[in-house]
Amino acid sequence: MLSRLVLRAVPAALRSLPPPVTVGVLHATRPLHTSQQHLAPLPPLPEKGGEVRYGLIPEEFFQFLYPKTGVTGPYMLGTGLILYFLSKEIYVVNHETVAAACILAVIIYGVKKFGPDVAAFADKLNEEKLAKAQAVKNESIEGLEAAIEQEKKEQWRVEGRSYLFDAKRNNVAMLLEANYRERLLTVYNEVKKRLDYQVAMQNLKRQKEQDHMIQWVEKTVVQSITPQQQKESIAKCILDLKALSKSAQ
Amino acid sequence: GPLLERRLMDVRLGELPLWVTTRDFSPQALLGGAQRAWNSYYNKYINVKKGGPAGVSMLLAGYCLLSYAWNYQHIKHYRWRKYH
Repeated sequence: MLSRLVLRAVPAALRSLPPPVTVGVLHATRPLHTSQQHLAPLPPLPEKGGEVRYGLIPEEFFQFLYPKTGVTGPYMLGTGLILYFLSKEIYVVNHETVAAACILAVIIYGVKKFGPDVAAFADKLNEEKLAKAQAVKNESIEGLEAAIEQEKKEQWRVEGRSYLFDAKRNNVAMLLEANYRERLLTVYNEVKKRLDYQVAMQNLKRQKEQDHMIQWVEKTVVQSITPQQQKESIAKCILDLKALSKSAQ
Repeated sequence: GPLLERRLMDVRLGELPLWVTTRDFSPQALLGGAQRAWNSYYNKYINVKKGGPAGVSMLLAGYCLLSYAWNYQHIKHYRWRKYH
C-alpha cells in the first residue's frame, strides 16, 4: 500500500538525493527500450510484488532454509540472533530503543487500520487514469472503424457506376431523339406551308378563270340579244304562260 | 559454464576468491551493478499493481541497520555492562 504512494512520490523525492545517485536512480524507473528499439507495447505490470513475511523478510529466505531446517529453522535463527545481540550488547538498549518501539507500534497500528482504505483510494486513481487512456484508445478505434465503414460504402457505391453511366447515356439518347423529332416536325410544317401555298394559288387561278369566263359569256350573250329578239321572246313567254295557266286549270 | 559469466549465486564456495578476482571493479561497473541491483529490487517489490508495505519497509529497515552499524563506535559507550 505504501508502495503505491511511493510510486507517486518517488520522482519528486529522488530529486532531493545527491546528483550521481539521482541520475543513476531516476533512469531506473522502468527498463524501457534497453536493447533495440521495440515497437510492441510494454508487458503489463505484475499483479503482486515478491512475497515478504512480517513485512521485513523475503519469502526466499524461508524457502532457502527449509530443506535443511524445516519450517521453524528461520524462526530459531532469528531468536538466537536476537538473544546473541542482546546478551553481547552488540545491540545496546538505550532511549532510542524505546523511541523505536513507540514509532513501530504507531506505524503498525496505522498500516493495519488505514491500509486497505488508502490502497483502495490509490487503486481508484490508477483505474481512472487507465480508464481515460482506454477511452482515448477506444474512441480512436471507433473513429477508425467508422472510417472503414464509410470506405466500404464508397466501394459499394463504385459498383453502381455502370448504372449511373447507363442512365446518363439514356438521358443523352432521349435528348437527341427529342431534338430530332422537333426538327422533323418543323420540316414537316414548313413543307406543308409551301405546298398549301401552291394549292391555294392553283385554286385561286382556276376561280379567277371561271369567274372571268362566266362574266364574259354573260356579257356577250346580253350584248347579242337585239331589241327585236327581246320582243319576240317576251311574246313567246306570254303565250307559254297562257298555255300553262290553261293546263293548270 | 566458464567462471567469468556466472553470477554470484551460481558460484561455488571454493571458487569464490577466484571469481572475485575476475570481477570488474571500475567505477562504471560498480555503478552499473548498483543500478541493476536497484532495478531488480524496484521491479520486484515496488513497481507492481498491488504492492504492500513490504517494498518500502524493507528499505527503511535496511536504512536503520546501516545507520546503527555506522554509529556503533559511538553507541558502544552506552553499554550497560563492561564485560559480556
